[in-house]
Amino acid sequence: MNFLQSYDAAAVLPEIVLACLAMALLMYGVFKKGDANDHVTMGAILSLALVATLVIFGGEGKVTAFDGAFIVDTFARVMKVMALFGSAVAIVLSTHFMKRVKMARFEYPILVMLASAGMMMMISANDLISLYVGLELQSLSLYVVAAMDRDSAKSSEAGLKYFVLGALSSGMLLYGASLVYGFTGTTGFPQIAAALTASGSGLGLIFGLVFIIAGLAFKVSAVPFHMWTPDVYEGAPTPVTAFFAAAPKMAAMALFIRVMVSPFASVMPDWQQILVFVSIASMVLGAFAAIGQNNIKRLLAYSSIGHMGFALVGLASGSQEGAQGVIVYMMIYLISTLGAFACVLAMRRKGQHVEEISDLAGLAHNNKALAFVLSMLMFSLAGIPPLAGFFAKYFVFLAAVKSGLYALAVIGVVASVIGAYYYLLIVKVIYFDEPAEKFDAMDGEVKWVAYASGAFVLLFVGFANYLVNLAEAAAQSLY
Amino acid sequence: MAIGLSHYLTVAAILFTIGIFGIFLNRKNVIVIMMSIELMLLAVNINFVAFSAALHDLVGQVFALLVLTVAAGEAAIGLAILVTYFRNRGSIAVEDINLMKG
Repeated sequence: MNFLQSYDAAAVLPEIVLACLAMALLMYGVFKKGDANDHVTMGAILSLALVATLVIFGGEGKVTAFDGAFIVDTFARVMKVMALFGSAVAIVLSTHFMKRVKMARFEYPILVMLASAGMMMMISANDLISLYVGLELQSLSLYVVAAMDRDSAKSSEAGLKYFVLGALSSGMLLYGASLVYGFTGTTGFPQIAAALTASGSGLGLIFGLVFIIAGLAFKVSAVPFHMWTPDVYEGAPTPVTAFFAAAPKMAAMALFIRVMVSPFASVMPDWQQILVFVSIASMVLGAFAAIGQNNIKRLLAYSSIGHMGFALVGLASGSQEGAQGVIVYMMIYLISTLGAFACVLAMRRKGQHVEEISDLAGLAHNNKALAFVLSMLMFSLAGIPPLAGFFAKYFVFLAAVKSGLYALAVIGVVASVIGAYYYLLIVKVIYFDEPAEKFDAMDGEVKWVAYASGAFVLLFVGFANYLVNLAEAAAQSLY
Repeated sequence: MAIGLSHYLTVAAILFTIGIFGIFLNRKNVIVIMMSIELMLLAVNINFVAFSAALHDLVGQVFALLVLTVAAGEAAIGLAILVTYFRNRGSIAVEDINLMKG
């Protein structure tokens, strides 16, 4: 520890440990004779758990490292634990699936670990340079993971689309970063904030801000930068899609919050109107475009676009309560989306995975437990009280109303009602349609993730207080 | 006429725009898209170096070096994905990338 402290690196210990473990597991996988997949997968899950423990017990308060380029505060700790949780559960969900479709390769858990290291960098970024490096470490791993199923035309097409659009968005983010650097003369977030309060904003800076928001909106898949989401969700193997929907969204949203709140706090009126537009567009598109979908992964993609719109409502309100609302929203979104994808993974007939909504027909007759869990998750995603999803929306809309964004809150509620249509449609298919053939028995891990997530959304009221207080502490550390 | 900061910024902005148009208007093949991405990143580098010189601050040049390194990695990964795509489909024409629509 002393050695690390003398190099100002104690705050980065979890990231260093994760990166080293990823490289060690890679070496193990390469040099072990025979199949290393099982060991590496187990090792990756344990490493992510270990790193999450290090994050939780690794000190308190606000610590910066590397001349202020890297910051660890309560907000960063909470978001990092959520991102690591998402990655670990995604690896757990993949174990049987990957073997069944014959793509059990040890590179997958390692790429997820490296992406997680990138996410942690993003969450802790306090400088445009560390922001960019973290973002790229995450994105480059994700491009490869999307194309993981090498022999599937769909998967490689998903990877290619994600790569091209992802690189475009990084380019825009960088162009924005270069303008912000040029017009404030610095890349550190606190220094940018100081320069902005001292001299106010100019056209060049606003231009840069817009480009940065465009890049970040792409990473959280908000409209109008959402085009990649449905294709990548559909094309990538299902556990990979579950990973995409969970962990990277946490990191991207955390980065979005920090960039808006920390360096650009004094130009809030400028970014507020952009975010209001982006969140309205995402909510509305998420609600309408999902209606005609037959593929459940595609439907969940549009659903996640809509949910990012709802989360951005909180950020658009620009207050501490708004940030708290976004954090609560992301927690609930993380758990329910992982549960929903676990249910998708349970959709398997005669050893083949099926993905159409019509395949769920009459599930209630064949598998009561899964039908109940999936319906609860759908009710929760639709935002029906007393399930978790209702409270998620409640906190963001409350923050919007308190900041005087009445129109935004009303449009949000209307979009959520329209969106309820397709969630309820799935429940209808499950309970009232003519039963289709039975699904195969669920894999153990898929079953437990689905049930645990169902229990979370059902019993959320019981421990809501704890999570809301945690989110409040996290939001407080930002302001 | 002395060449100042604004000239560099204009060149960078033009190159950046050409890069974006190259991605969206290109109907031929994916390699051209990769070249366009590279063009965008290099335009950003011109920005960084120009600002760095104008501000007498080295951070911009450090940033530009990092961008160069990451761009190399990005190109490698992009080409790798393109190779797997070509093996599956036997073509890298942009209009053939249409298995999923929505």
